[in-house]
Amino acid sequence: MNNPIRTSDGELLSVKLKKAESNKRNIAFLLVMPLLLFILVAYILPISQMLQRSVDNTQMNSLLSETYKVIQDWNGEELPPEEVTKVFYNELKYLAENKLHGKIAVRLNYEKGGFSSLIKKTVRKLDSFDENENILDQFIKVHKRWADIDYWLALKRATVPYHFRKYLASFDMIQDFDGSIKRLEEKKRINVTLWLRTIFVALGVTFCCFLLAYPIAYLLSVLPTRYSNILMICVLLPFWTSLLVRTSSWMVLLQTQGVLNDILVSLNLVSDDNRLELMYNMTGTFIAMTQILLPFMVLPLFSVMKTIQPSLMKAATSMGSTPFNAFRKIYFPLTYPGISAGSILVFVLAIGYYITPALVGGSKGTLISNRIAYHMQSTLDWSYATAMATILLVAVLIVYYIYNKVVGIDNMRLG
Amino acid sequence: MTEVKQDFVKFEQVDKSYDGEFLVVKGLDLDIAQGEFLTLLGPSGSGKTTTLMMLAGFETPTNGEIYLDGNPISNIPPYKRGIGMVFQNYALFPHLSVYENLAFPLKVRKTPEEIINEKIKQTLAMVSLSDFSNRMPAQLSGGQQQRVAVARSLVFDPQLVLMDEPLGALDKNLRESMQYELKHIHESLGVTVVYVTHDQSEALTMSNRIAVFNDGYIQQLSNPNDLYETPVNSFVAEFIGENNTITGTVKEISGNRAKVEADTGETVIANPIAVSSVGEKTKMSLRPERVSINPSDLENKFEATVKEIIYHGDHTRVRVNILNDDQFILKIPNSNDEIKLNVEDKVQLGWSGHDCRALDF
Repeated sequence: MNNPIRTSDGELLSVKLKKAESNKRNIAFLLVMPLLLFILVAYILPISQMLQRSVDNTQMNSLLSETYKVIQDWNGEELPPEEVTKVFYNELKYLAENKLHGKIAVRLNYEKGGFSSLIKKTVRKLDSFDENENILDQFIKVHKRWADIDYWLALKRATVPYHFRKYLASFDMIQDFDGSIKRLEEKKRINVTLWLRTIFVALGVTFCCFLLAYPIAYLLSVLPTRYSNILMICVLLPFWTSLLVRTSSWMVLLQTQGVLNDILVSLNLVSDDNRLELMYNMTGTFIAMTQILLPFMVLPLFSVMKTIQPSLMKAATSMGSTPFNAFRKIYFPLTYPGISAGSILVFVLAIGYYITPALVGGSKGTLISNRIAYHMQSTLDWSYATAMATILLVAVLIVYYIYNKVVGIDNMRLG
Repeated sequence: MTEVKQDFVKFEQVDKSYDGEFLVVKGLDLDIAQGEFLTLLGPSGSGKTTTLMMLAGFETPTNGEIYLDGNPISNIPPYKRGIGMVFQNYALFPHLSVYENLAFPLKVRKTPEEIINEKIKQTLAMVSLSDFSNRMPAQLSGGQQQRVAVARSLVFDPQLVLMDEPLGALDKNLRESMQYELKHIHESLGVTVVYVTHDQSEALTMSNRIAVFNDGYIQQLSNPNDLYETPVNSFVAEFIGENNTITGTVKEISGNRAKVEADTGETVIANPIAVSSVGEKTKMSLRPERVSINPSDLENKFEATVKEIIYHGDHTRVRVNILNDDQFILKIPNSNDEIKLNVEDKVQLGWSGHDCRALDF
């Protein structure tokens, strides 16, 4: 009946076709291979490292690995039983002999204040311990804090291999001894303010960029090439200047004795002893970031606007629609792909912006990225920094997710 | 029966210049009757599209005035003119469905929902796209998009519809069938249509009258038949249809008969249309199908050499050398009694003096 089709050399056509296609696929794969490797080495590995570091507690866990094993079974309602304290005593003794107890002292002090001195005092007295007597009683004899169950609970929490206390700390929260999560006392809260400010600045800068970029992009799309090229160069000029130069030129312009204030004073708009504070606050961060991120909004908008036929607006007006209505009902909806692409680009860049807020932001205009850098460079608390960076990453991913749900990633046009 | 307004649209001494130096449209006077299908035909840059855009309101006349139904409209913005328009690239709103595209002009006019539905149904039926109201423009073929654009320009019952080369982007077969469709829509609705094209066969097929534009002026305004058969100047003769041109000098004029000495020395009898005095240079226009082979009793008879024979199905085009011009074309209908011709044959060609129109040089 239905004989399978064969090629001239007698092979089945379907088999041969599959072979030819798999060859093509292999070649395509080889061509993208370098890129895949690069992404793996330069992107996926560092990010997974970062994720790991933010929850990592293996150092503490390995220093007190035996204690960790036994203390996990302790219910935490009364003081730990003898087998736990005995193991802890042995390990502490070993650490003291190898001069490693300082590390756990610092780390334990994070969990509970006063732990550091407690460890140091105990280590000094370790030689006097009689291993045949009750170890817990001897601990308590050295220092009465050992009778406080909170210290033992802190020890239990500090020895786990993975923990999320940096994530909690990123939102100004800590886990209490009974396991409940509570906010820090009011004067210690700093991160939440920074998160809110970061989101506010990112949204605000995105909106300002949109307001400024829309008319420029429109003009670019309708001007004859001769003029639009010049305008395009003006838009792109900031790209050809170092970020640092642009930011410092804003510092020259915005400072109290700066160009802008001088002009306002000479025009008598502002009195000399009442100059405007344009820098080292939110205003400065806003102005500088908007200017620097503007091209990222202009370009996607322009590329979308260029494809809108001018005859659409003519058609709408010829059908009786006023120019304003034609813009609102026809032109504006057609620019949605450009608006969304530009907005997401500017927002994502703004939410992690670092140099500009660091230089012109002062203390009132710094963002979460500056906090991350602070922990990376000054406190060297890398797990804290990476936890915050991870939260930033997740926030951006959520924005992408929502964007994909609402607009559809296929509708994005970047130029 | 109500009287048909002969000057439903009136251009009065309209000039248009874009750069202040060069006039694109010069002293245009044009009356368009109600219900008429008028085509503005001309090569690109001749001013036809500018004329249409001034009527639509997208351009303002530099001078003169345009009247619509007796009212001057130069100062009325396009959205208040109530004129339907079809654009060359269709200009359908890509983010709106066919239904929403058609509803746009009605919603602007705050038409009630039921009437909108009813009107859209009727109009889509008219362009035979009833099943397509939920499609997006990108899901339609070129011909279907064009029909939607036509439907959209008609759905709000405008008195006047302007079409700017609406069939330019379609392939030949589709273009021809759309020509008939547009013609039938025009006849059944009785709406006034002003149509711009550079395709003369389109103009001849569809129009009641054709205005041939060149160089900012209307060269000739007449019905398709007259335009083809009796062109008044050599531009029109050459622009509309195929044309043979013989240049010469007028030697004698008596009534509608003139003796013209061709540049090669022979005397040609011609019909003096645009020449009035002896000694004038002239271009004589002769349609290829008005030339006969081996004529018996025609005023003009000359010997020609066949240079090229091209078979066209329903007719054969023959290029000959006559009066020292080897671009002379004749068309021979392919019927049973066809004359056998071969390249380099010598034949006698002839035509009547009436068909040979002596026009301006």
